Amino acid sequence: MTGSVERAVSYGLLVFFSLAALAPILGVILTAFHDPDALVAGLSVPDPFTVESFRQAWNEGGFSSSLRTSAVITLTTVVVSTVLSVLAGYAFGTMRFRGATALFYVFLFGLLMPFEATIIPLYFDFRRLGLTDTVWGVILPSTALSIAFGTFWMRAFFRSAPRSLMEAARIDGASSMGTLLRILLPYGRPAILTMVVLVFMWTWNDFLLSLVMLSGQNILTAPLSLVFFQTQRTTDVQLLAAASIIVAFPVLLVYVFLQRHFIRGMVSGSLKG
Amino acid sequence: MAAAATVGASPEAGIPRRRGDVGPPGEPRRIGYLYVLPGLLVYAAFVLVPFGHTFWISFHAWDGITPSTWVGLDNYRQVFTDPQVRETFTHALVLIVFYALVPLVLGLLLAALLSRMRVRGIGSFRAILFLPQVVALVSVGIVWRWILAPDGPLNEALRAIGLGSLARPWLGDFTWALPSVGLVGTWVMFGLAMVLLVAGVQKIPLSLYDAARVDGAGPVREFFVVTLPALRNEIVVVLVLTTTTALRSFDLVYVMTGGGPGTSTSVPSYRLYTAAFQTGEAGLGAAIGIVLAIAIFAIAFGITRLAERGDQ
Repeated sequence: MTGSVERAVSYGLLVFFSLAALAPILGVILTAFHDPDALVAGLSVPDPFTVESFRQAWNEGGFSSSLRTSAVITLTTVVVSTVLSVLAGYAFGTMRFRGATALFYVFLFGLLMPFEATIIPLYFDFRRLGLTDTVWGVILPSTALSIAFGTFWMRAFFRSAPRSLMEAARIDGASSMGTLLRILLPYGRPAILTMVVLVFMWTWNDFLLSLVMLSGQNILTAPLSLVFFQTQRTTDVQLLAAASIIVAFPVLLVYVFLQRHFIRGMVSGSLKG
Repeated sequence: MAAAATVGASPEAGIPRRRGDVGPPGEPRRIGYLYVLPGLLVYAAFVLVPFGHTFWISFHAWDGITPSTWVGLDNYRQVFTDPQVRETFTHALVLIVFYALVPLVLGLLLAALLSRMRVRGIGSFRAILFLPQVVALVSVGIVWRWILAPDGPLNEALRAIGLGSLARPWLGDFTWALPSVGLVGTWVMFGLAMVLLVAGVQKIPLSLYDAARVDGAGPVREFFVVTLPALRNEIVVVLVLTTTTALRSFDLVYVMTGGGPGTSTSVPSYRLYTAAFQTGEAGLGAAIGIVLAIAIFAIAFGITRLAERGDQ
């Protein structure tokens, strides 16, 4: 095989696989821009382009309230788990104390453990405590799981941070908290952003936890309301397409701007699904 | 497991820990506990304790309402003998082929082709290939349900090219429903495998290939002698990520088939969900959860081990 043939084949395959990844997404977008009453069979270009399906899906699916609930849950989870992960990762990454390694393995356990293995008692305990059908029923478990990943991630970052930075702060008499806040956090912004982006995606996209914790009488997350909407409108292809896009959109939007963080995070060290 | 988890976590690679800590002399070393404590409390309360509690429930017959009764290993016996529970693990193994092996093979194929060239515009390809990973799985499931529907785009396309006899209600077919769900898993996962493996292959020094070529290696030998060994870490990460996702698959099954037709696409997580929250068999659900966790740990550990052995 000559070099140029090899190149052509390689690029051809890359284009082919990219199309395979894109085709279903493009198909859905095309479908969603059809009029809700149009007859859509297979793939077709909308004529005329209209956002009517989005509007109808938005209203009938109750997405304005479910998106707000998802935003509250996701934001709280991201903020709390980030703060706690930075603190724990800082200790594991820079300090020596008895049992640190063993304790770190305890956190690693949560990285691989399928959280299905905790959901049953969580539900029954939360129901007793009146936490089901509240945002906290979702926030608390998802924060705890995110801490397992976050601690792992931040420890790796703090271990790689130049010792000279910390030693300089130490010579200046900074406390450990001062070193963290004034020196390491500004330096670690990219690593923290990667973690934030991943936790955001996982929490926003989560379905099983909210399915178990929320009955739907009170509040719904976006993925949950999408599934409820689907069971009501099984045959309305345009509406379902529009609703699917609405739910996936926030993460996709962030992905457009921060895709390097998504990829770097998933590629280097994440074991969560 | 720890090894698997830290594979590829490049930030810390190769930096030896120094003795002595960072805090100023005035601060006790025990301050470390204070930093870990808040995270540990939350993590313990909502992950560790419930996990232990699941273990406890798995030895009971419990409908979630009335008091539970101790039944010893009965639930575990049911997991391994009841055909309707056991088959969910078989289905999960089938899904591993689609979620893990097919993406791995596709990724290695692409990596092998790209091993000797530096690709232009790799960034855009990477962003596109990775896209299926970030779309909410419920959206993915709904979209593919439409694609695979009796009058959906796939069947329309088959009819259009004269293969109408192949058209079928993919998700309503006892034979084809599980592979169809698996294929969606392939779609979600193949880009991740490619991104990881291609990134890995681009780090292999070209001199290794030149050396192999001087030794008279053809493209196939080159792949087995140079590319494959150099990609060991990436392969471990791909396999661990994809197999655990396959074993845990729930969202796609729930949205696309609801375990059907019959129970032909039921998977462990789905059976766990119905057992605990629909049919009043919380003990059975808990046992499925524990077995699933053990399976995931064993497979992740096994993959890591295999790779380490290949090292020597």
